[in-house]
Amino acid sequence: MEFKTFVFFVLATIMLLAALRVITARNPVHAVLFLVLAFFSAAGLWLLLQAEFLAIVLIMVYVGAVMVLFMFVVMLLDIDIARLRHRFWSYLPLGTMVGLLIVVQMALVLSGNYFSAEALPGHSMPADYSNTKELARLLFTEYYYPFEIAGVILLVGIIAAVLLTLRKRKDTKYQKPSEQLAVKRNDRIRMVSMPAEKDEPSVDTAAAAATEKREGQ
Amino acid sequence: MGAMKDFVKSFFLLELFKGLTVTGRYFFARKITIQYPDEKTPMGFRFRGLHALRRYPNGEERCISCKLCEAVCPALAITIEGTEREDANGQKSRRTTRYDIDLTKCIFCGFCEEACPVDAIVETHIFEYHGETRGDLLYTKQMLLANGDRYESEIAKNRALDAPYR
Amino acid sequence: MMEVQLLQFLQTQLGSQWLWVEPVWPLVWALMQIVAILAPLVAAVAYLPYFERKVIAYMHVRIGPNRVGPAGLLQPIADALKLVFKEVIIPTKASKALYILGPILGLAPALIAWAVIPFDAGLVLADIDAGVLYLLAISSLGVYGIIISGWASNSKYAFLGAMRATAQMISYEISMGVALIVVLMVSNSLNLSAIVAGQGQGMFADMGLGFLSWNWLPLLPMFFVFLISGVAETNRSPFDVVEGESEIVAGHMVEYSGMAFALFFLAEYANMILISAAVSTFFLGGWLSPVGFLPDGIWWLMAKISAILFLFLWFRATFPRYRYDQIMRLGWKVFLPMCFLWIVVVGVWMLSPLNIWK
Repeated sequence: MEFKTFVFFVLATIMLLAALRVITARNPVHAVLFLVLAFFSAAGLWLLLQAEFLAIVLIMVYVGAVMVLFMFVVMLLDIDIARLRHRFWSYLPLGTMVGLLIVVQMALVLSGNYFSAEALPGHSMPADYSNTKELARLLFTEYYYPFEIAGVILLVGIIAAVLLTLRKRKDTKYQKPSEQLAVKRNDRIRMVSMPAEKDEPSVDTAAAAATEKREGQ
Repeated sequence: MGAMKDFVKSFFLLELFKGLTVTGRYFFARKITIQYPDEKTPMGFRFRGLHALRRYPNGEERCISCKLCEAVCPALAITIEGTEREDANGQKSRRTTRYDIDLTKCIFCGFCEEACPVDAIVETHIFEYHGETRGDLLYTKQMLLANGDRYESEIAKNRALDAPYR
Repeated sequence: MMEVQLLQFLQTQLGSQWLWVEPVWPLVWALMQIVAILAPLVAAVAYLPYFERKVIAYMHVRIGPNRVGPAGLLQPIADALKLVFKEVIIPTKASKALYILGPILGLAPALIAWAVIPFDAGLVLADIDAGVLYLLAISSLGVYGIIISGWASNSKYAFLGAMRATAQMISYEISMGVALIVVLMVSNSLNLSAIVAGQGQGMFADMGLGFLSWNWLPLLPMFFVFLISGVAETNRSPFDVVEGESEIVAGHMVEYSGMAFALFFLAEYANMILISAAVSTFFLGGWLSPVGFLPDGIWWLMAKISAILFLFLWFRATFPRYRYDQIMRLGWKVFLPMCFLWIVVVGVWMLSPLNIWK
């Protein structure tokens, strides 16, 4: 067996086991971590196919960002996995059918004459072939409009998400750092000259008062 | 105008750089650390450290078991028992049979020295002492007298320096 | 090239008992390279806390550790020994496997990211074209060590600290990534060696003043954004609310002791060195010499990394800790818009006749 094939089977086994544990793990946090492991194995498989750009982006986007947010949600919400699993077995027939359908579709696509891997063009690549560059060339030439439209759709999504959560509550007090920084001494304190209301005691009376005090002691 | 100035100030991190220059200057400043076991800071003659019981030049203990120190001690660290006996001159006098200071209680306030009419209990300039068990810090009469015998010259010197102010 | 030479040397000079090495030689050679990178790195990580204590002490007009060995130079060894011999306590209700996995996941990304850092022209473990992406992907994995250890400790303080750390790190990763986009635009490559080589060209480089043609000058705002985000990314002062010893008693590390705690410590310092290396590579011209008459070489990269590390320590000695909401405000409302603005500015600049990156 070739070394590459061996690596493929190791990664594929890990991925399948991890994916299985995602749906069987009792603890939702463990499930998320197994999903991360599955993503890693998938990235490894892509690296075997020399699709390093896709593999790294998979790790960066899914493992580095999306799954962290998943983890946040799972940790902060009190998920009762037993209740979610309540009628697990009654959904099994439907789930099996959907799964089988996917397997059949994949088999049709991969084994068919039209889509089989040998039929794809560009099978042998020169040594300095960079699939990052090729991907960029395709995205920014042939698929320029779909790419830009996808970007606009994402932007709309961002704006909608911001608008949905942007509400100013009247009952909480906000700090505005720029205003705080702009405060000068004169804004906060005013020096007022206050004349004394009583006349200053003359020297003689003051001395007399002092003597009286001393004698009193 | 003022807002503009504030914006420029914060955008170009001017105040942060100002702070950095301050610490940067101190980086090169002369270091003032005292390397303790090798170097020591000067100590005043009124320093209040480990306790000692003094003797007169003829060898008789000064303490007359008046218990003023026991009474004044705010931490209740001193325990005294006394009896009558003959002193070095062959006269009847009161002397202690027990004089314990619990250093785990003592707060080194110095009231005992102030209260003592015969300058018997004093606090020396010794502060580097330790105990490995709790009992080690319970100083008995013998230990306190031994301290007094050992450091008498320094104690006497410090008393003499303090005398003009009393 | 050295790979083949060394193999031949082993086989010819040391005799026939080295013949077995030929089939596994690529693996052995890769391991040797990894050790050659990681051994000095781990030594640097061990001595960085010592230098931190010294530098901060000097700024406090103290002299810092000086008791263990000459000038305190054996202090890291004493600290390491102490931590090795301490017991690793696992809390009763902790999730044991994850509790142990946490610190390991924290340290590992900081070490494997070094695979793509170029030390000199051609001197890099993996000269891959997607080097920048690899660096970003790996640095985004450091979060897992923190969030897993915080959750597995089963403690309020650890969990709160982990949440803070994670939110802070993924926020600043975004500004770091977007700041890097500007660098990628001007250097026209995702390969770190090519990015460094690209900084050695231009008007000033031809005049023998190479340091003026590095990316830091034309991309000055991005340089600062990247540097400050790097400080926040490594959870260093003034962004060290994660540790926050006065509020949440050291955050996700609170339940750890002994070597497990030491791993977090090592991870923090390894990350600092990594960020310094990234700043040097992207903005300060990597191994390039600042002036024309001095030769390029790995020592320049070392000098630049050391200078950035000194900045990290200087910041810690100078600035008070940010408040948590202000950290988030800085990341999302100041740095991110600034990065986007600068992408547009540099884009226009590159299309104008004044373009200096050709």
